[in-house]
Formats: sequence, structure tokens, C-alpha cells
Amino acid sequence: MAEPSPVLEMTGIVKEFSGTRALSDVDFRLFPGEIHALLGENGAGKSTLIKVLTGVHPLDGGTVALDGRPVRITSPLQAQQAGISTVYQEVNLCQNLSVAENILIGREPVGGGRIRWKELRRQAAQLVTRFGLDLDVTAPLGSYPLAVQQLVAIIRAVGSGDPAAGGTGDAGAGTRVLILDEPTSSLDRDEVEELFALMRRLRGDGVAILFVSHFLDQIYEVCDRMTVLRNGALVGEHMVADLGQVDLVKLMIGKDLDELEELGEHHGEPDTSEPFLRAEGLSRAGGIAPFDLEVRAGEVLGLAGLLGSGRTELARLLFGADTSDGGKVYIRGEQAALREPNDAIGRGVAFLSENRRTEGLVPDLTVRENIILALQAARGWTRPVPVAQRDELVAKYIAALDIRPADPEAKTGSLSGGNQQKVLLARWLLTQPRLLILDEPTRGIDVGAKAEIQKLVVSLSEEGMAVVYISAELEEVLRLSHTVGVLRDRRLVARAANGPDITAGRVLEIIASGEHQ
Amino acid sequence: MSVIETLRTRGEGRRLLQDRRLPVLVTAALFVVMFGFGAFRYQSYGFLDAQVFMNLFIDNGYLLVAAVGATFVILTGGIDLSVGSVIGFTTMLTAWLVEKQGLPLLLVAPIALAVGAFGGYLMGYVIHHFEIEPFIVTLAGLFFFRGLCLVISKESISISDPTVDRLAQTHVPLPGGSFLSIAAVVSLAVLALAFYVLHYTRFGRRVYAIGGNEQSALLMGLPVAGTKIAVYTVSGFCSALSGLLFTLYIQSGDPLHAVGLELDAIAAVVVGGTLLTGGSGYVVGTLFGVLVLGLIKTLIQFEGTLSSWWTKIATGVLLFAFILIQRTMTARRRT
Repeated sequence: MAEPSPVLEMTGIVKEFSGTRALSDVDFRLFPGEIHALLGENGAGKSTLIKVLTGVHPLDGGTVALDGRPVRITSPLQAQQAGISTVYQEVNLCQNLSVAENILIGREPVGGGRIRWKELRRQAAQLVTRFGLDLDVTAPLGSYPLAVQQLVAIIRAVGSGDPAAGGTGDAGAGTRVLILDEPTSSLDRDEVEELFALMRRLRGDGVAILFVSHFLDQIYEVCDRMTVLRNGALVGEHMVADLGQVDLVKLMIGKDLDELEELGEHHGEPDTSEPFLRAEGLSRAGGIAPFDLEVRAGEVLGLAGLLGSGRTELARLLFGADTSDGGKVYIRGEQAALREPNDAIGRGVAFLSENRRTEGLVPDLTVRENIILALQAARGWTRPVPVAQRDELVAKYIAALDIRPADPEAKTGSLSGGNQQKVLLARWLLTQPRLLILDEPTRGIDVGAKAEIQKLVVSLSEEGMAVVYISAELEEVLRLSHTVGVLRDRRLVARAANGPDITAGRVLEIIASGEHQ
Repeated sequence: MSVIETLRTRGEGRRLLQDRRLPVLVTAALFVVMFGFGAFRYQSYGFLDAQVFMNLFIDNGYLLVAAVGATFVILTGGIDLSVGSVIGFTTMLTAWLVEKQGLPLLLVAPIALAVGAFGGYLMGYVIHHFEIEPFIVTLAGLFFFRGLCLVISKESISISDPTVDRLAQTHVPLPGGSFLSIAAVVSLAVLALAFYVLHYTRFGRRVYAIGGNEQSALLMGLPVAGTKIAVYTVSGFCSALSGLLFTLYIQSGDPLHAVGLELDAIAAVVVGGTLLTGGSGYVVGTLFGVLVLGLIKTLIQFEGTLSSWWTKIATGVLLFAFILIQRTMTARRRT
């Protein structure tokens, strides 16, 4: 088969951050009319490659060619003008502006220097409708949930041909290359389907799409070709049809997946004595309906439910991050008033938020400082952790959790998502909690890191720690938990010991119907 | 798409409380209520004379111009503390050039405006390219310009130039027998222009975008650097223009003119419903903020027995109340 010439060709790309090589000699090419997956573990260099391509980071070596002509892209604006549009992992739009403005800002229709608002709204509404959405384009973006915002970001990226010039607002008129960096992590199934339909349509129009996702099923569903990176280097480029999932994972992590399978269905038996934490009729108006709950030492309590079903709200009540309106919490048999997180931390409860970037990490501090934070807080500022002990602890946890780069002085913000999660985990483990609440600890994390975190949960519970494990992935919850709780519409609708009769299908039924016998 | 439909209706239900115009309406309503109070209480002292209302613009025109400049800066999430010093410096520079050097006002005014704008440009440049907090950079500007006043002269320079005199005395007649000063008319023109720029030009929308999320604005491919620098340039220009209007109003240059006026400007912006965190607010709100602050002064004058310090106390209380309102509004938005 004679291949057409690539629309984008990157050759020998090198990028260094203060001495460490994030990308070394990476080649990458994109053909018109294909969906191309960029794969690799966290920290493999996917985001860096994208940021180099879109002019966020300057290039340290190598060449970029568009349509065979070498180009030098030094800013996101320039990338857009060259026909490269990007949707980043975190929604990068302005919450305070209207949906219409977010879609068209920077290329608003103007007449005589004056923005033509009617025309702007018309074009935006047209684009939104084309993508099968029904939104009020005059409403502020912030009034819509994250998933919708993500779709708006995609509409913006795709619609970045200059509609004012074309007059029609044709989607994709000027976009040659569309980069989607983890666009699906905040979308539900239907929304993902719609996104895929859109991607296929754009592919038909000859747009080259670069797609990054941690969901391998999605890669196999929608992509044509893939490029695999590992540790900042190119591992290979393959047609999706030619490479099975198992082989792909091997390429990504550089070792076999068997370790994942080793995780037994049942591991360690929980303590049968008094529960470590017991909630009675705990509730918060607008957050979650009254619920009863028990967690024992050595027990993993898995909470399943859709996004927004009240999983996080429940966890925040147990941690005192939100105050309850009603009900009681008993910790080790004693009633505990959890008015603020400190009340819970003092009783041995630790909570890993699902928003690790905004509610956990201090990105400007080093890995060492982030790890030591909670321990220091628990000791009080008048009793600093001795330097030697501190360095030893930090080194131990960096090694135990395999945090990469294994440099305690690295800025935490520069780490990949999975490694940031591990830093947070290390921070809490250092305080030796008795109950660990994990809210979506594996979201946005690659297969290898996921398995590591799951294994860690198992070994922690075997050592006698109580764990509340919240995840949208049912298999994960079922594999790890001794007890499974199901949430639906901000209500804990079912709680049962994990066993052969509790299957993913059964849990889905409960989520769908809200009934449990 | 049923999920999105239900979300949509929920979105609309919350819209009234979320509407960004609400704070402006609250301030406008407050103004009306305060005015009604004055009209009721001081009816027999001629409070309802149209000129009392017009005097609000005449006495606060310079503040309005400074506050409009400050609105641009605050909308991007920044702050400009150099406003009062730039005003003071402009009065000194103008008085000195006109009185001591004998230059015509027609020539002096553009020079003063250019100096103010250039000062703002420099501060904006430093803020953006050296990534320094605007608070610190404009604080340096505050000291710098105040110091420059004293370099020109340690004493006040009164202006007897006939052009200045004529401009200051000119009444712009209005139907009904009341009038406005030139300065008041200029300030209203600035307000109208600012409204147009903020809502009908790409530059204006970029100001809002940067205030909403600077990082996003950058990734959306907007020219953030130029916009941020331009915003401080606008503020410097408005400060200088405000200084010119102040010179007309007082007819002198003094190294101690307009000390702390930047705080009045910021107060007016905040009372007018603009969020200090940026991205939300209207220049029309700033007008009402200025009017409310001016009306407090007027009411206290009419009361007659209260010392003028009560103006400060009332302003303090108002500011506090409005910040609390802002806080609850943003908190609601987040949930």
C-alpha cells in the first residue's frame, strides 16, 4: 500500500528539563485522515511531546515539518495558526466567559473593529448543534459540568478554522492536526461515543487526529495507528490492527503483565472485632442521603457508583472535609465529631482526594517537601522532623512506591499524574493512618502504575489497615474489596460482602435499578 | 443527550443568582435607595435640585476616570497601586510646565498623558516579563511617582493660566437649568469608551479571559503578554487623565495631591461589583461605585453636623459588606 505523505513529521525530538531528558531522539509522524494513538506509561513523555509540538515548551533538538516544510512553532497561537489545535487534559477554557465566547474567542467575527455578538452567537450555536449538543451558548461555561466543558473545548479546537473568513463556520475548515490529550477521562459512556463519532467524521474530512487515552479499549475502538513511548524514547510505531492488547501493554511497560494477574480475588481476612469506623445515619443535605457504614481494620470497602452518585461526598464526610447535617460517626467505638479534616487525621484517618492537583499536592514544592507535609503537620511546627530521619523516610517511600524520577528535590508539579498520586500516597502513609480513604486513586493513571497502586492497597490491608476504595472501574472495586457498597443518586443503595454472586453485572444492575435484595 | 438536557435546566435555575450582572444591580439599587433617603430627609434643603445630582459627576469625575482604569487592571486579576501617585505627579508636571515653563496646556496635556501611559507600560512590562506580583511592582510605582513630585518642587504650584481657568469654569448646560463641568463630560466619555472597548473589542474580551484563567487564555492562543501590558498602560493613561481633570478641579499642582486615591478607586471598583480575583465585573458597576461613594460625601455634607471622617467610616462599612456579598456569590458558584 502506497502511503500518502505525512501531514506532520517530527524527527529526532529532544527535550530536557533542568538536566533530565524528558524526550530523547523521538520520531513521530501523522498522516491525514488517521486517528493516531500516542501511548506510554505516565512519565513516558506523551504530554511533553504534545507540548513541544504545540509550542508550549521550546524544542531542544530535532525538527518538525508540516506538509514536508520545516516549521518552528514557538507559541500555542502559532500552532493554531499552522492548523494544529489542541484539547488538553485539564479543561483549558475560561469559566467566566459564555460558551459562545469560549468557542470563538481569539477569532470572533468583527466588523469595523467591533465584535458582532449576534453573529458570534449564531456561529457558536451552529457549531454546538453540529456536534449534536443542546447548550445555551450565552450561559457562562462555568454553569455546565466538567464533561460538557470538555466537549466545548473540543468544539473550540475543531472549529478553529476561521469561520469568519469562510462565513459558514464549517467545523475543521482550518484544522489539519487535532490533538486530544486524555479527552475522555471526564466523559461518561454516551459522551465518549459521541466524541468518537465526531472523531471519525473528522477523520473522513482528512483531519489527522492525535489521541491520548489510558483506556486501551478506546484505543482499539477508534484508532488506526499508534506510537508507543517509554521513558522518553520511541519504542515503536504500529498499526492498531497488527498489535494485540497484551503485546501493547508489554511494549508500554517493558515487562509482562503477569504481575497484574497475581492479585488474588481474595486476600487476607478482615478483623472481625469491632469496626474501626462506624457511621450511623450520616448525611449532608444536597450531598448524600443518610447512610450506615462500617469499616474494619484489614478490610477494603469498595464503593462503586457513577460519577456524581455521591461517592466523593460520602468520603468527604468520613474525613470531616464537609460537615454532616445528621448522624454520628464512631471511631474505635467512640463517637467522633468530625468538624474539620484535622479531627479525622488525629484519629488516624487519611484521605486521598480525586482532585490530586487542586486538593492535595503543592506543585511548587519538591517531592520531599510534599511527602513530609502531613507528618510535619501532625507533629506541629515547633517540632521539625530531624533532617536525617526525614531524608531516610523520604528515600524509603520513594523506593517503596517507585516514584519516578527518584529525586526528592524534583518539583512535584513536573511529575506525571501517576507519580504525583504516589507522592500523595507516600505523604499519608508516612503518618501511619489506620483508615485510608482513596477517592479514584487510579484515574488518569497508566496500567503499570495502576497495578502497583492496587497491589499496595492489598498489602496495606493485609498489614491491618482499613481502606475505603472509591473507583468508577467496577472490576477494580470487585477485585480489591472485601465489602462492596453501591451508590446511586446520592444514596448508598446496597452493601454486601464480596463473593461469587457479586459480579460486575450484578453491581451494574443495582446502579441501574437502585434495588438490592 | 438526556443527561445534558437535565443539566441544562438545572443550569438555568441557578442562573439568576449566578448572573454576573446581579452585583451591579445591587449597587445601582443601593444608590437609588440612598438617594431616596437623601431626598426624603433633606427635601427642604434642596436635595432634589438636579444640580445636586450633577455635582456628583462634577466632584467625582477624576475619581471615575481613575476607577475606570483600575477596572481594566482588576478585571485581569491584577492591581494598580500607583494610581494616586501618578495623579499627584500629573498635577505637579502640568502645573510646573504651564506655570514655570510657560508651555500651553494644549501641548502639556498630551505630554502628561504620554508620561502616565508610559509609566503604566513599564510597570506592565515588568509585571509580565519578570513574573512579579503586580502589588509589588505598582507599589514601587507609587513611591517612584510620589518621589518625582518632590523632584519637581517641594511646594504647591497654583495655576493662574487663563486657558486652565477657562476650561475649569466652563459650564456645559443641560436641559432643566443644571450643568456639568468639562471634566465631568470627559469622565463620562471615558466611561462610554471603556464600556465599548471591554464589550465590543477583542482586546476587551481578552481582558476578561485573562481574569478568568490566565493559563487557559495562553493555551487558547490569546496574546496574553500584550494584553496584560496594555491593561497597565490603560490604567497609567487613565491615571494621568484623572490627574489632568484633578488639576482643572483644584487648579494647582501639589506633591501631596491625591494621596491614597488608588484606594478610593479600588473601593469604587469593588463596590461596583467587580471581583478582585478578576474575570467578572462591569465598568458600569464602577460608575455606580463612584456615585455611591460620592453620594455618601454629599449626604454627610447635607447632614451638616457630621465630620467628614464619617465618609471614610461609611466607605469602610460598605466595602466590607460588598466583599462579603462577593464572597458568598463566588462560593455559591463553586458548588
